[in-house]
Amino acid sequence: MALLTVTGLAVRYGAINAVRGVDLAVESGEVVAVLGANGAGKSTTMKAIVGLVPAASGELVFDGESLRGKSTEQIVMGGLTLVPEGRRVFPSLTVAENLALGAATRRDAAAVGRSRAEIYELFPVLAERSRQPAGTLSGGQQQQLAVARALMSEPRMLLLDEPSLGLAPQVVESIFQLILRLRQRGQTILLVEQNAAAALDIADRAYVLANGKVILEGTAAELRSSEQIAEAYLGGRPGQPAHA
Amino acid sequence: MLSYFVEQSVNALSLGGTYALLALGLAVVYSILGLINFAHGALMTLTGYVLVFAAAQGLPFVAAAPLAALVVMAGAVLLERVAFRPVRKASGATMLLTSFAVAVLLQLAFQLFISTRPQIVALPSFLTSTVAIGGIAIGANRLMSVAVTVLVLIALNQFLRRTIIGLAMRAAAEDFDVTRLMGIRANRVIATAFALSGLLSAVAAILWIAQRSSVDPMMGLIPVLKAFIAATIGGLGSLLGAVLGGLLLGIIEIYLAAYLPEAALPFHDAITLGIVILVLVARPHGLIAPRRERAR
Repeated sequence: MALLTVTGLAVRYGAINAVRGVDLAVESGEVVAVLGANGAGKSTTMKAIVGLVPAASGELVFDGESLRGKSTEQIVMGGLTLVPEGRRVFPSLTVAENLALGAATRRDAAAVGRSRAEIYELFPVLAERSRQPAGTLSGGQQQQLAVARALMSEPRMLLLDEPSLGLAPQVVESIFQLILRLRQRGQTILLVEQNAAAALDIADRAYVLANGKVILEGTAAELRSSEQIAEAYLGGRPGQPAHA
Repeated sequence: MLSYFVEQSVNALSLGGTYALLALGLAVVYSILGLINFAHGALMTLTGYVLVFAAAQGLPFVAAAPLAALVVMAGAVLLERVAFRPVRKASGATMLLTSFAVAVLLQLAFQLFISTRPQIVALPSFLTSTVAIGGIAIGANRLMSVAVTVLVLIALNQFLRRTIIGLAMRAAAEDFDVTRLMGIRANRVIATAFALSGLLSAVAAILWIAQRSSVDPMMGLIPVLKAFIAATIGGLGSLLGAVLGGLLLGIIEIYLAAYLPEAALPFHDAITLGIVILVLVARPHGLIAPRRERAR
């Protein structure tokens, strides 16, 4: 049974149907990408999974338990956490304070200390700048901090919403390297991306959303060779080098 | 002349410190909920009545003061639960009107169930005495006021830096949704903000009463208006701004009262507010403008 199962998810903002019946599943240890253009309903789907926006209908099941009706706080405590779009670190809090809040749900101070040491090993730049306000970090460093902060809760599943958005190309590259490393550590990840080519390079499977619905799904290899994907998102024909 | 200046400076710090604590109480709640809680003044008044009640039961002032602080903290949390939580997702105007309604209801309750007339608060002798420093006699209540303000500010600073819930409050002031993504319960952060604001209003009330030894149903009204002005000068929602704004307002008020020529004294408040307006013209968002994504 999948770690996360989303069935027939619908989300409305007033009269707008942002998400209209999304089905998706993520197995433990998998990296799954959700692709699609702006306004396809990707971010809304993520927010609905963690309860930041209410689901109008549909079923959300994480590790055998329904998430419907649970608060964001309860969902995060249950081991599912979201790195929101736009990084959203707490700018006036220091790097160390941001990380401490990431571990707010954990009671064992010694274990939190070990996680912090691990995080600083994984992100040396955060160790260097631990006493600096997060707002003084560069965009790429803030994205690292946002991911690191989420990892401090030791999530069983990590949702990443557009981690590469608004970052310079070399920085984007390093963020995808980071996701690859998390993948090697066995971290289950649901990744929303507009950068389809890069996402398909690191994902096991992917879903493509348009107008609030899943229009295509398959393994990353299948989707890389799909004409539809190639034309819509990769800017070229299959078989040609992709420059997204 | 020097002794007069020193005396007035202590007065300025004493009044400014009290305004700072009140402005902080407003700012702590505003930074998280976007609500200016005008019922804050009623919490001050409540503090005074608890002191009166405790004295009538024979409790000494040193025991009555912490008791009053605890009662008012609980009162502030209760207020959030019954009055503000039901309208939390409503517009800012709705919350503001709710806070006015609560303020008026509490004031009427004080008038109906206690008295419209001022009640005497018996102060201990150590507060009514004077202390001679370098030949200058200064009221012990003023010195205590400055000392208590400094201690409370240090303690609050530690709380906001060293505890998870304190960090969460600073985080929630910047981005409430993401604070919830840390697994921190929204209600807990908001309840803590109200408890803190209750504590700050109680301490400010005790310092206020220590200069006046009486309480009446309207007692909190003027100081909280002043605190609102102070928080606005400082930058609404900024805690550091609230402290700076409070100190600045106290300093302006006292020095004007001390050094204005007699003929200009009736215009004391007008001149004070004129300076406030000048500060806001120069810095429309206040001395320190915070950034935030508030709870909705």
